Amino acid sequence: MAGDLRDGRIVIIGASLAGLRAAEALREEGFTGSLTVVGDEPHPPYDRPPLSKQVLLGLVAADSTGLPMRRDPDAEWRLGVRATGLDPLGKRVLLADGESVPYDRVLITTGTRARPWPKAEEAALDGVFTLRTREDAGGLAERLAAGPRRVLVIGGGFTGSEIASACRERGLDVTVAERGPAPLVGALGGTLSKLAAVMQRNHGVDLRTGVTVTTLRGDGSGRFSGAELSDGSRVEADVCVVALGAVRNVEWLADSGLAAGPRGIACDAGCRAFNMYGIVTDDIFVAGDVSRFPHPLFGYQMLSLEHWGNAVEQAEVAAHNMVNPGPLRRPHLALPTFWSTQFGLNIKSVGVPTFSDHVVIAQGSLEARRLAMVYGYQGRVTAAVTVDMAKSLDYYRHLIETAAPFPPPPGAADRAIAADIPVPSDVPDPKGLSHGPTVALTGYLPDRRLTVVQPRG
Amino acid sequence: MRTVVDLTHCQGYAQCVFLAPKVFQLHGEEGLLYAPAVPDDQAERVRQAAAACPVQAILLGEEVSVDGR
Amino acid sequence: MDSDTLLARITDYVNRPNPYPLYAELREAGPVVRQADGSYLVGTYHEIAALLHDPRMSVDPRIRGETTHKPPFLRLDDPEHHRLRTLAMRPFGPPHSPGRVDAMRGEIDQLTEELMEPFQAGRQIDIVDDFAYPLPVTVICRLLGVPREDEPLFREWSDAIVASADVRPEEDSTERDEAGDQARSEMGRYLVDLAEKRRGKPSDDLLSAFANEPDPDRRLTQEELAETAVLLLIAGHETTVNLITNGVLTLLRQPEHLDQLRREPDLLPRAVEELLRYEPPVHMRERIPLADIDVAGTTIPEGTSVVLALASGNRDPKRFHEPDRFDPTRPDNQHLGFGSGIHLCYGAPLARIEAQAALGALIPHLGTARLVQDPPPYRQNAMLRGPRHLPIQL
Ligand SMILES: Cc1cc2nc3c(=O)[nH]c(=O)nc-3n(C[C@H](O)[C@H](O)[C@H](O)COP(=O)(O)OP(=O)(O)OC[C@H]3O[C@@H](n4cnc5c(N)ncnc54)[C@H](O)[C@@H]3O)c2cc1C
Ligand code: HEM
Ligand code: SF4
Repeated sequence: MAGDLRDGRIVIIGASLAGLRAAEALREEGFTGSLTVVGDEPHPPYDRPPLSKQVLLGLVAADSTGLPMRRDPDAEWRLGVRATGLDPLGKRVLLADGESVPYDRVLITTGTRARPWPKAEEAALDGVFTLRTREDAGGLAERLAAGPRRVLVIGGGFTGSEIASACRERGLDVTVAERGPAPLVGALGGTLSKLAAVMQRNHGVDLRTGVTVTTLRGDGSGRFSGAELSDGSRVEADVCVVALGAVRNVEWLADSGLAAGPRGIACDAGCRAFNMYGIVTDDIFVAGDVSRFPHPLFGYQMLSLEHWGNAVEQAEVAAHNMVNPGPLRRPHLALPTFWSTQFGLNIKSVGVPTFSDHVVIAQGSLEARRLAMVYGYQGRVTAAVTVDMAKSLDYYRHLIETAAPFPPPPGAADRAIAADIPVPSDVPDPKGLSHGPTVALTGYLPDRRLTVVQPRG
Repeated sequence: MRTVVDLTHCQGYAQCVFLAPKVFQLHGEEGLLYAPAVPDDQAERVRQAAAACPVQAILLGEEVSVDGR
Repeated sequence: MDSDTLLARITDYVNRPNPYPLYAELREAGPVVRQADGSYLVGTYHEIAALLHDPRMSVDPRIRGETTHKPPFLRLDDPEHHRLRTLAMRPFGPPHSPGRVDAMRGEIDQLTEELMEPFQAGRQIDIVDDFAYPLPVTVICRLLGVPREDEPLFREWSDAIVASADVRPEEDSTERDEAGDQARSEMGRYLVDLAEKRRGKPSDDLLSAFANEPDPDRRLTQEELAETAVLLLIAGHETTVNLITNGVLTLLRQPEHLDQLRREPDLLPRAVEELLRYEPPVHMRERIPLADIDVAGTTIPEGTSVVLALASGNRDPKRFHEPDRFDPTRPDNQHLGFGSGIHLCYGAPLARIEAQAALGALIPHLGTARLVQDPPPYRQNAMLRGPRHLPIQL
């Protein structure tokens, strides 16, 4: 049995982080059969996090972030070709060039794309960007280097904040418009979002919260010239970056019968996809940003993460499970972990901060801009966020993994004066924010499938 | 040669910055930025950095070559 | 034998050449083993790593009333530790001086060459006195701005200070402590004097950078400067010597790896990491919990001494495959040789460059070399463990 699984035909759809790591892991796990990786971008797998950091700062070129291989996965790379459908009965992946690729097992790692500005003609104005791909970053970096009068960033999530940070560091005027009460509030809750707002303002960002951008204006010759806000104000700018979160690349699966919807493709803890009836498949696997999977530490709710580390770890688990029989399969239980660097601060998160009712500052302080904040839900530690205190994150990871009581045990040498006083975590409803959350709890097992799967007519 | 740092595991020990300061740099006190495309004359230093990283977060290798196999 | 005498046996001088079987016994009896004197000993990797990251584990000797004097940042907790380490880092490393250590490579290579000049085939040399000791001492002297000629002076102080910091559970430490305090204050005064001389006359060294810091918020007080400089001078020359010496010892004991490194010099950086795992210069560190702490089912009460046996964690089979094998190609080598967490060695990059330079230059000359004495005579110190001499025949 195991021998069979190590042979045969495996196809991976999506040639980015999760796709590459899965391909390598399949070979490490002893897979000797044929391996095909299909990707619609014309490039070999590249890394995205530098695109909003090093690249926008002008430190490195957008096309220099190609991912190193851990080992050559000896795969056939079909790059620049879109997968347009999956036939689970005939076991074929359909491609945009009319061909189809047969498989014995398939792994879906099609990730996400940037949520576009909803009005197409405004989005088409020259100077309006989103940021997801190498081309996006290259184009935007070029505009920033040209020294625009002002940059307007729509959305104060991680990506929007990092873009604003890069602009300020390059000495560019920047306005951030966020519908919520503060930047990062959807990911980190009330207390830290206030720190984020202070950091932005201290660094000279023109931060507008509680407003939405209603209209993008052109100058008559198709160039972006400014925007109108819901409070009646106007922002004059040459560049606009729409940072409204991500959309899962699932449309191509509309006719596949899989539980694929706006929150991603539902899979079990072993990365096997569910079909729309909530029945688990055994030859279709999912990993990375496009997946949603149940996690026991968070009430078996389905998590959708847009986290680099999750893409890597889930790809490895999926690969392992694709070539091992049932009893040897592993669950994907890794704790969500995330980082962001902005305004000179290193923000790291472990667990699910939005899965919380209270928080305490367990170490350090807001004033020192160096702290560890612990999140609790119904008396149990569920997440922690550090600001310039990454070395203590492992300690809190352990507390989350062992479901330690909240507030965490006292005794830290550098504990905050307020360490014993939990305050409400103040996580707003994601609907009230401009940017999509980078981690979302999306309800219990795939019982939502019938409402979210809407095959196109 | 390309490099990528697993920044979810990086704890900001900056050993890499000491050993290969032209490739890795601290941004603020703890945030790490780096040049993913390693210049040839820095390859040896980056190898040292990768060996030295206390959490083994630095990966070095070649990019997938475009002409497939 | 009883596990509550483990620390006494580990620190017993007769076991200095090979404490590793005792570490195996410790892990077997562990993860946490109470000692007859009420202290605790931890020898398993995951528990040590967790305790090194636990913000409730203090290093400050003042909380047990051992001293009232403010110690150097090695023995301070955050936030004070962070403040002083960051200030001490400014002239030495990133983010303020990222290229400083890298720029010392040429000088270190040259020093290595000079020391090796007399190493002719057929001669007997002492790796410690002729090579592994003078190299890091010269380097740290130049870095700090201390005249190399004063070495006999500060060697004596350093010996006393290091002895006072050793763990010797069977012995009354009063005398050692007094001698240590005395040496610390004399050495501190000596270093502060050197720094004072540079005030207004900046030179390219750390003492000068500390003395000439323009921003009053970033200036060390005189006591802080004394403690920091003493720490750096001692840490910079009581540890790297053992890493280089242990390297030569290990390679001469295992000639297949000597050959391997001669054939594949690119392996050297990883070989140095493997040495830090396999024969680390720092074997133990002490911590004191600020609250009752549960470790793998054992509650360690607030205020008790906890000794973390880093060298034992490095040989834990639950973490490292075939831990008693020296393997320069070992993957995922997250050893505890430099500690972990906020106190992770400040000088690690310098020590690495020194060890790589020293071993890299020496290896081609070790072809026919042999150990004159195996095991070699060891230093008394159990915490900073290493040979006192390593005579070899070239
Ligand atoms: C600007 C930016 C900054 C980021 N910063 C951070 C950060 O600081 N920290 C962090 O943890 N994470 C960060 N991330 C998120 C991280 O990059 C993602 O989690 C990661 O890329 C997910 O990898 P993936 O392989 O699952 O998906 P993706 O990287 O989205 O890859 C999916 C691939 O599949 C392709 N594809 C889609 N549909 C098809 C189809 N039908 N046929 C063929 N191919 C298809 C896509 O074009 C793409 O190449 C950032 C992302 C961006 C964009
Ligand atoms: C091979 C050589 C070395 C080894 C094995 C070594 C090992 C260690 C270890 C294990 C610690 C952690 C102590 C603890 O957690 O309690 C430490 C801390 C320290 N080391 Fe080193 N060290 C070496 C070389 C150096 C050098 C060359 C310097 C100075 C330039 C140095 C300066 C320090 C300092 C200042 C600390 C305290 C750090 C802190 O508390 O934040 N060390 N070292
Ligand atoms: S050495 Fe490793 S942990 Fe330290 S900053 Fe570099 S990558 Fe991060």
